[in-house]
Amino acid sequence: MSSPLTYSNNELLAILRDTRTIAMVGASPKWNRPSYFAMKYLQEKGYRVIPVNPGHAGKEILGETVYASLAEIPGKFEMVDIFRNSEAAGPVTDEAIAVAKDKGIKVVWMQLGVINEAAAEKARAAGLTVVMDRCPKIEFGRLNAELSWGGFNSRIITSKRRRVRLS
Amino acid sequence: MSDKKSMGKSREYGFETRMIHAGTQPEPVTGARQTPIFQNTSYVFHDADHAASLFNLQTFGFIYSRLTNPTVAALEERLANLEGGRGGTCCASGHASQILAFFALMEPGDHFIASTRLYGGSITQFGKTFKKFDWQVDFVDVDDPEAVRRALTPKTKAIFVESLANPGGVVSDLEALAAIAREAEIPLIVDNTMATPYLCQPFDWGADLIVHSTTKFLSGNGTSVGGAVIDSGNFDWTASGKFPGLAAPEPAYHGLNFHETFGDMAFTMQAHAVGLRDLGATMAPMHAFQTLLGTETLSLRMERHCANAKQVAEFLEGHPAVAWVSCAALASSPYRALAEKYLPRGAGSVFTLGLKGGYEAGVKMVEGCELFSHLANIGDVRSLILHPASTTHRQLSEEQQAAAGAGPEVVRLSIGLETVEDIIADLELALAATA
Ligand SMILES: Cc1ncc(COP(=O)(O)O)c(C=O)c1O
Repeated sequence: MSSPLTYSNNELLAILRDTRTIAMVGASPKWNRPSYFAMKYLQEKGYRVIPVNPGHAGKEILGETVYASLAEIPGKFEMVDIFRNSEAAGPVTDEAIAVAKDKGIKVVWMQLGVINEAAAEKARAAGLTVVMDRCPKIEFGRLNAELSWGGFNSRIITSKRRRVRLS
Repeated sequence: MSDKKSMGKSREYGFETRMIHAGTQPEPVTGARQTPIFQNTSYVFHDADHAASLFNLQTFGFIYSRLTNPTVAALEERLANLEGGRGGTCCASGHASQILAFFALMEPGDHFIASTRLYGGSITQFGKTFKKFDWQVDFVDVDDPEAVRRALTPKTKAIFVESLANPGGVVSDLEALAAIAREAEIPLIVDNTMATPYLCQPFDWGADLIVHSTTKFLSGNGTSVGGAVIDSGNFDWTASGKFPGLAAPEPAYHGLNFHETFGDMAFTMQAHAVGLRDLGATMAPMHAFQTLLGTETLSLRMERHCANAKQVAEFLEGHPAVAWVSCAALASSPYRALAEKYLPRGAGSVFTLGLKGGYEAGVKMVEGCELFSHLANIGDVRSLILHPASTTHRQLSEEQQAAAGAGPEVVRLSIGLETVEDIIADLELALAATA
């Protein structure tokens, strides 16, 4: 709540709606790490999440093969979710920019606590959308009223009836 | 990037809008507009993997109503929103919310500082029962910031005050106390029960946690005992290394670190997943529903509570049987300046008066009322009267009674929403009986 960065609900909703595949840089194979939580949740919500972590390349996390770099991922992905510290987010963003056209990358998303203004500037100049200091899991939950289930302040006020997917 | 946008909206909604709407979107499956009472203990898992995700805290959802319940969650979000916080945790009572707040912060042998001017039940809870957990407290006159500083020890984990103190008339200097807490890298906890978020916004002044007895003005009609802890989301639980309950591997969750994993949601996650899970002091869904109804009219009730109380206090101040009136709404109050700063919309409706006739007169006055109810509660639409020395504060020593503003001659009033002339007439009658 203390972050000076603000993103409109509509902007975040559009990103989460238009994204299907996410490359998660810094994904951990340990079940109790934050990245593992986020990956599992996003998978449950229908996203394909491809883990990127050179230390675990070739292994699997949550049924997905781990790649050493963005360039090595076969196929396209719209979002790069950076689970690294703010400094490391710089080179990761550079790599995302370099392969953006080839891979269809539209969004560079830096996790909660990760802020790198210089990297964000470069990414925006390259035509990418940038989100910093947010977690896509938390934002997905907030915008779909799931965060409210835990007693959190979603700051969403609406009298519109949400559509629920019935199977 | 537009600031603080709601779905289709470009500015922050006002308090009155939020007290009616926050936390309570239409129920999506049925379209029910008023929040349903989910009178229900447990929730069906999709499959084993979904269950595992829920138990591991990897996804949002319901498991069992001791931890979370949709109706209770609606109230939690509403209160968190009204206080401007990150999240809320409702509890079975105000007292339960105090245990829950400290449970997250304290290890055996730890210490905290509390104001001498607190609800008598809180003084007893902190001073006597908390000792059984080996939680130590020092009660300090928080009007003296130096005294608060002197009471700090390396084991001090929090400062606890009431914004507007029960039984009455005392306003805590939240900004000054928050500065002391910040220097000591510990949270300032504010009991905002007597003021409600309509009159006072403790997070704006640097408080880190707010506790409520929702039993009082928030539910408003004297129907439901309940409590809540609201977290601002601003405190860094990791920096000082003082809060292993929030920022060290949690053995009860296979070594999960709440602060690292949930960031500014850590406190509220821990309060549900560990606090409510293991202490079990959960709010019932029916109580959450009744409290939600109460909050929908909070601003209107508080305005009238404050207006009536001010008029009654002024009447009492001029009455010959009354020695003094302690009400921060009065021009004569030593807390007037603090009230203007922290309670600009009114100084609440609970205050005390001292009777020239002492203990005897106090007993006669409570018994002489017709309209006022003689009972141990505050914050009801009905006007209430109490003689603390013979009731709520009777467990305290005489010294503690005096320090808490509840000496033998003291009568506490909670002014309700009846016709103000009728309230005054009833007191006039009761005061005549003390002569
Ligand atoms: C200021 C204050 N805090 C806490 C409490 C305790 O709340 P509860 O009775 O809901 O446990 C009370 C109750 O009188 C109170 O007045």
